Amino acid sequence: MDVLQLLLSGLANGCVYGLVALGFVLIYKATEAVNFAQGDLMMLGAFVMVGLVNPQYMGLNFWLAVPLALLIMGALGYMLDIAILRFMFGQSQTAVVILTIALGFVIRFVAGVIWGHEPQNLHSPLALGDVRMGGVVLSLADIAVIVVTLALTLGLWQFFQRTKLGLAMQASSQNQMAAYYMGIPVKRVQGAVWALAGVVACVAGILYASKGTLAISAGFIGIKAFAAAVIGGFGSLPGALMGGLIVGIIEPFAARYFPAGYSQIAPYALLILVLVFRPHGLFAQVRVKKV
Amino acid sequence: MRFHFKTSYDHDIRLFPDWWNFSLYAALLLVLLGLPWLIDSFYLGEMTNVLIWSVAGLGLMLLTGQTGQVSLGHSAFMALGAYSCVNFMELGLPFLAAFLLAGVFTGIIGGIIAVPALRLHGVYLAIFTLALSILMDDLIVILSPWTGGVNGYFAPEIWIFGIEINRWSAPETWYYLALGTALMVTFFYRNLLRSPLGRSFAAVRDSEISAQAMGVDVARTKTLAFGLSCAFAGLGGALMGLFAGAFNNETFNFLISIQLLMAIIIGGLGFIHGAFLGAIVIAFLPQFLSIVTDQLGSTSIPGLETGVFGMILIAFILFEPMGLYGRWLKIRTWLQLFPFARRDMFRRQKSYLKTERLR
Amino acid sequence: MSLLSLDGVTLKFGGVTAVNNLSLSVEEGQVFALVGPNGAGKSTVFNMISRFYRPVTGSITFDGRNLLNHKAHEIANFGIARTFQNIELFEMATVLQNLLVGRHRHRRSSLPEQMFFAGRIRQEEREHRHAVEEVIDFLDLQPYRDTRIAGLPYGVRKVVELARALSTKPRLLLLDEPASGLSVEETQDMRWWIDDIRRQMGITVLMVEHDMGLVSKVCDRVLALADGAKLAEGTPAEVQSHPAVIEAYLGTSAISKTANARGERV
Repeated sequence: MDVLQLLLSGLANGCVYGLVALGFVLIYKATEAVNFAQGDLMMLGAFVMVGLVNPQYMGLNFWLAVPLALLIMGALGYMLDIAILRFMFGQSQTAVVILTIALGFVIRFVAGVIWGHEPQNLHSPLALGDVRMGGVVLSLADIAVIVVTLALTLGLWQFFQRTKLGLAMQASSQNQMAAYYMGIPVKRVQGAVWALAGVVACVAGILYASKGTLAISAGFIGIKAFAAAVIGGFGSLPGALMGGLIVGIIEPFAARYFPAGYSQIAPYALLILVLVFRPHGLFAQVRVKKV
Repeated sequence: MRFHFKTSYDHDIRLFPDWWNFSLYAALLLVLLGLPWLIDSFYLGEMTNVLIWSVAGLGLMLLTGQTGQVSLGHSAFMALGAYSCVNFMELGLPFLAAFLLAGVFTGIIGGIIAVPALRLHGVYLAIFTLALSILMDDLIVILSPWTGGVNGYFAPEIWIFGIEINRWSAPETWYYLALGTALMVTFFYRNLLRSPLGRSFAAVRDSEISAQAMGVDVARTKTLAFGLSCAFAGLGGALMGLFAGAFNNETFNFLISIQLLMAIIIGGLGFIHGAFLGAIVIAFLPQFLSIVTDQLGSTSIPGLETGVFGMILIAFILFEPMGLYGRWLKIRTWLQLFPFARRDMFRRQKSYLKTERLR
Repeated sequence: MSLLSLDGVTLKFGGVTAVNNLSLSVEEGQVFALVGPNGAGKSTVFNMISRFYRPVTGSITFDGRNLLNHKAHEIANFGIARTFQNIELFEMATVLQNLLVGRHRHRRSSLPEQMFFAGRIRQEEREHRHAVEEVIDFLDLQPYRDTRIAGLPYGVRKVVELARALSTKPRLLLLDEPASGLSVEETQDMRWWIDDIRRQMGITVLMVEHDMGLVSKVCDRVLALADGAKLAEGTPAEVQSHPAVIEAYLGTSAISKTANARGERV
């Protein structure tokens, strides 16, 4: 039972990582940029929700606040693209990485000014109940996380495979100029992706905040999620979820069976191993440049 | 405007292109040497800090600016430098020997780590090195017999040839130690740039494929760049740890490496001057902000430094990717050509992104 | 013995056979051209000689040495230099620095010597510069010596790439479409330069080129490729009039027409 309990709680944590990793992969697939601020966007989404729901702020009904928060974060994602990322058009991947790291710093600062640096609890109906199944205790939030994550991953995956917009996103990441010539409005497509990434970050944030306390430093789980995305392979949405689950499940087991001090290094050690032996993640996409 | 009429190959090889340029840097050096008599001990300490950041910045610049490999993990190597320096001193080595040996040791470890790391490109290298710097934090705790764990180390007394280097009783001694190190690293850096190795760094940065065709061993070159870069960062880290007086696993957390990367970008990637300018920004920004918040009469805002730092960086990447030094070069050219400078002279070429999944 | 020889070389990308059982030999002092339609595998042959690709079967020998036993960066040390179809210069460096990278294989100084700039290095740097200046003189690049590549026009970049390859002092020079994208005048220049490279410097040239005018003027020997296999080999005139070549370029019906009007260009 012990093992099963660890597995399930790891699964729920892993889904949060997976959701943030999904945001990374989304932007990477569509713009070939790596958004290091995705974790901070998640943190921001959670705080927006706190601001809408908690009684000391606006005190809205939870289920009314959810679509509002998603809308706000989607709009914010779109605005980030218009105000900042659009000017990075055609610049190297590395420049975008550094830019988004800086963006994360700014988001953390702004969130700290608005909501303070004390940890807060989201007043979420998901945070209340527990479900018992044969000796295993799962919170309602854990179940919600798992269900929502699976649904979202499946939906996004289908979106990229099937819809016109999804294919346009993939095309514009591979070759912007060619995508232009084929009549794809590359800039608008990019804006849409960033809006979508904002929404996904917000979903992750709401679920994360439902599971426990929320602080500004929550943005740093972006690093773990990034590790997850790399482990799963950057180009693949199911891969990102898998990576998230792997990292999420390793953590409680490492904490349980490894001596203290060693457990928290497990995800990073795994990341380094994956990078050493599979330099481009488990689903390699890199080919040699033709000259 | 001055023209350089080159009359011999040595003209190109020399460190300073002409007498004017030489006297400029000689004057700067004189000012730096005389600084302890010009400013009070508080600002002397700040200048020492600037020089220490410059040493580490030069290290990262060699890797990122010259060789084109981004590292988010240099704090790990700064930590390695600091801890190995103290450990060498505890083994009984005199400070100067321990300090230089710490640089060499960090360089060698960096070179070994580079072997798997250099197969990675761009973002993957960035995340690999980021993981290294996060791991370093935990490793320091695990290896507490050598590192003191979370309690950390108090910096031992430092003696160089019978002179005590003490931050409090004689701040100028520390300043000269940092200045000497910065000069040494700059000298090495500058020499590499005019040597075959420095050129192969640039070759690897700009086109790996044609570097290979010219006979440059890309793997070896990257390893060397990584090793040298880590060696310089190790020297910077040793100075930083000792200057702080006490250091533990949190002194060199991964935010330090991100700050270091941001510093060299704000300063100007690929320029030695850039490392120094970036160090000035990073060292004086907290001072500047605390003065501003005092003036406005508000209490200190947590996270303000990193927030403002992030905003400055975003502004630079968007509007001046060549950094402060790049901006200065443009201003200088404009002044030299006055009134004939054209408006679009420095316009960036419009480019389109192609997938970087092809290498 | 020939300087460079490919023997039964085959390369496959997945299911596609890019080069199929190709044999050729380039003699010392020759100017040898590979011609053929796009996608015939000409650049692939270059990339195999440069060891960017590894053939599935066959051998590549240069001066009695099996190149397949060596890594890509070792090839330059044997005296093989090349240019690229889509110019691969070091964009952020000056022309002079680009050419000095070409001298990489002649470096002798150690890491400490470079760091302290002491010992052999100063004399060595002078020699590098001397060698590079000769190439600059030869190709008339003086006006661009200290200009960054990023600001140079296409035609000049093409010449800089040739200069960089010559700076390595090669025995064999691989030119991948030296005249593509050049104006008529620039192509003329390129023609004289290739002639001089062979005559004055004694360098063997293997080139890929579409411009049959240029090929017939400078080359001793031409090999036509189609779909990765050898179609014809011989003097430029022989290859141009070879029925299989005309068919590959123009289709079967064109054979009779071109038989009378054998023009400069195919």
